Amino acid sequence: MTGRRSESPPRPPHLLLLGLNHRTAPVAVRECLAFAAHEIEAALAALRTGPAVDEALLVSTCNRVEVLVTTPDPQAAAAHIRRFLTEARGRPVAADADIFYCHLDDEAVRHLFRVAASLDSMVVGEPQILGQIKAAYQAAARCKTAGVILNRLLHRTFFVAKRIRTETGIGDHAVSISYAAVELARKIFGALEGRQVLLIGAGEMAELAVEHLIRQRAGDILVANRTFARGAQLAARFGGRAIGYEEIGPSLAQADIVISSTGASGFVVERDALRPIMRRRRQRPLFFIDIAVPRDIDPRINRLPNVYVYDIDDLKGVVDENIDDRRREALKAERLVDEAVLGFRQWRESLDVVPTLVALRRKLEAIAQVEIEKTLHGPESQALVDAQTLRRMTGAMINKILHDPTLLLKSNTFHGNRAELLGLMRRLFRLDDP
Amino acid sequence: MSAMDRVHLAVTLCYLAATAGYLAFLLLQRRPLERTARWLLTAGFAGHTLVLAGAGLKAGHLPVNDLHGTLVVAGWTLAGAFLVLQRRYRLHALGVLAAPLVLTIMAAAARLPSVPAADKALFNNFWLVSHVAAIFLGEAALALACGIGILYLLQEHGIKTKSHGFFYRRLPSLGLLDAAGYGCIATGFALLTLGLVTGFAYAETVWGRFWQADPKEIWSLITWLIYAALLHQRLTVGWRGRRSALMAVAGFAALLFTFLGVNFWLDGHHGVFTGI
Repeated sequence: MTGRRSESPPRPPHLLLLGLNHRTAPVAVRECLAFAAHEIEAALAALRTGPAVDEALLVSTCNRVEVLVTTPDPQAAAAHIRRFLTEARGRPVAADADIFYCHLDDEAVRHLFRVAASLDSMVVGEPQILGQIKAAYQAAARCKTAGVILNRLLHRTFFVAKRIRTETGIGDHAVSISYAAVELARKIFGALEGRQVLLIGAGEMAELAVEHLIRQRAGDILVANRTFARGAQLAARFGGRAIGYEEIGPSLAQADIVISSTGASGFVVERDALRPIMRRRRQRPLFFIDIAVPRDIDPRINRLPNVYVYDIDDLKGVVDENIDDRRREALKAERLVDEAVLGFRQWRESLDVVPTLVALRRKLEAIAQVEIEKTLHGPESQALVDAQTLRRMTGAMINKILHDPTLLLKSNTFHGNRAELLGLMRRLFRLDDP
Repeated sequence: MSAMDRVHLAVTLCYLAATAGYLAFLLLQRRPLERTARWLLTAGFAGHTLVLAGAGLKAGHLPVNDLHGTLVVAGWTLAGAFLVLQRRYRLHALGVLAAPLVLTIMAAAARLPSVPAADKALFNNFWLVSHVAAIFLGEAALALACGIGILYLLQEHGIKTKSHGFFYRRLPSLGLLDAAGYGCIATGFALLTLGLVTGFAYAETVWGRFWQADPKEIWSLITWLIYAALLHQRLTVGWRGRRSALMAVAGFAALLFTFLGVNFWLDGHHGVFTGI
């Protein structure tokens, strides 16, 4: 053996996560630091050049930029990543040091789990983040910067995020005004397929609601606008039909969902005007979504049978309720994260050299034990040597078999990825699932 | 305890467990709870069929000659009708009303004695068997319509007042409840009509007269008129939603009085058959 023998075997690598998000950095800083999708692979390659970085993952969304690496030397790696993030974009960012947070080992794992489960999002429970992390992982896999530890970690991450989504209500119920309106419509009508929609006026929220309704396969879309040209333009966008402002009355006899968002100072639909229309509709339910301020729809209409009027404050109330619900569900989710962090720690510790060698020795000894028993109690046992001798022999065999792997794993001159080798060894001998 | 009583007890326990299951599902909204409750109700229904068949074989006729037998049949049709309905509309939330109702009926039946009929031939008449079958199936459908009406009123109240409480997420949409309720009322009404017609026909064969202004007959007609009005208004001016739900509840109250109240508080020739 040429290499030096160290007193203690090398430790498994650390996990380090360094980044910033919407809570620590203003958008002006985030937009400077964010990476576009096509820049990720080059960035990963650049990150990898750092002396202390083994595996690397880069997540960049509009709300966060985070780098996750495995490293034998967390301090050096952190400095490297910090420098990389602030200088990678060609223009040095004049950013304070405290816009970054830095998590090590268990905390890094917990942070990734929480981010993927959308517990760290601006809107808790929003579903996009999981897809973004999947994309980041695919990029890392393509660049081969994801090794045995990140592979395992990311797969656990996806599993935990999915479990949280199915086992808690964190993603349930709308937290935007326009989607809350659509959910309400579903509670009133059931399926929205084929329901006629009338849009009065225009506005971002109203148009968003119409888009949601189209996605639910709503039927005809009618657009009424003071300026017909603008109405026609909107109608073309939704694949609907523009109608004149004076046609609102008659078309209420057919429409099921009315979204109103005009700048009118008085009511666009009055209660007394609606009564005969409801009779003509044979009392089929009608749902008014009034996003306008001042209101377009006479609030007394809500008291007519089979008509429902929700104004902007009512919808806000629904959204607030839903947000409170998500917060409560988030507490359940945190418990699932705790559990998963613990599980991952156990696996990570198993990557240490010593437990792997111990597990391997135990496995070999168990095999030898079984075979000795078989031989001693077999038909030709009397022809063989005594049990003592047999045990000594197999013990010596095990020691000889383990000698070279032990030396290799414990040597400090070992080149290459030790974690990968340990992972391979555990897989080859099935040391993780007995 | 006879073998039949033991089956009756087992059926009642199944319904009890199903009731608990549906309550737990309403509270916790976990799919497996609903599946278990449905499975228990189906098992109870299968046992219930055995009870009914056993009673029929023993008596040699449709066992509806006393309150015990009547309740067993009513419970059986209700459980069956609910299983069919929830298969069609996925109205799982209705289980929280249907299961305890079936349970109550079976528990009440267990406490009532089963009396042999005075005249077996009376119960093997074609008109009477059709009358009984149509009336019970119709009553089961209308009972479910009442349950759906109650759910509708709860859900509608939440949406109208904008205070989305406990029920908002747990109950289906107003559209579904209204459609299912309407389906139940239309079916129930058709069967009720058939039951009344065959009942009058039977009265004619026994007493030689279709109509004798007997309290049971009068109350049956009142009940029938309530449902007829409901359906007529729905088809002509569109009585739907809340009004329809309220009428379904009111109609069922009248039906319940016709079914039980008349027997207890008013005398009449119908008592000849039910013995009460």
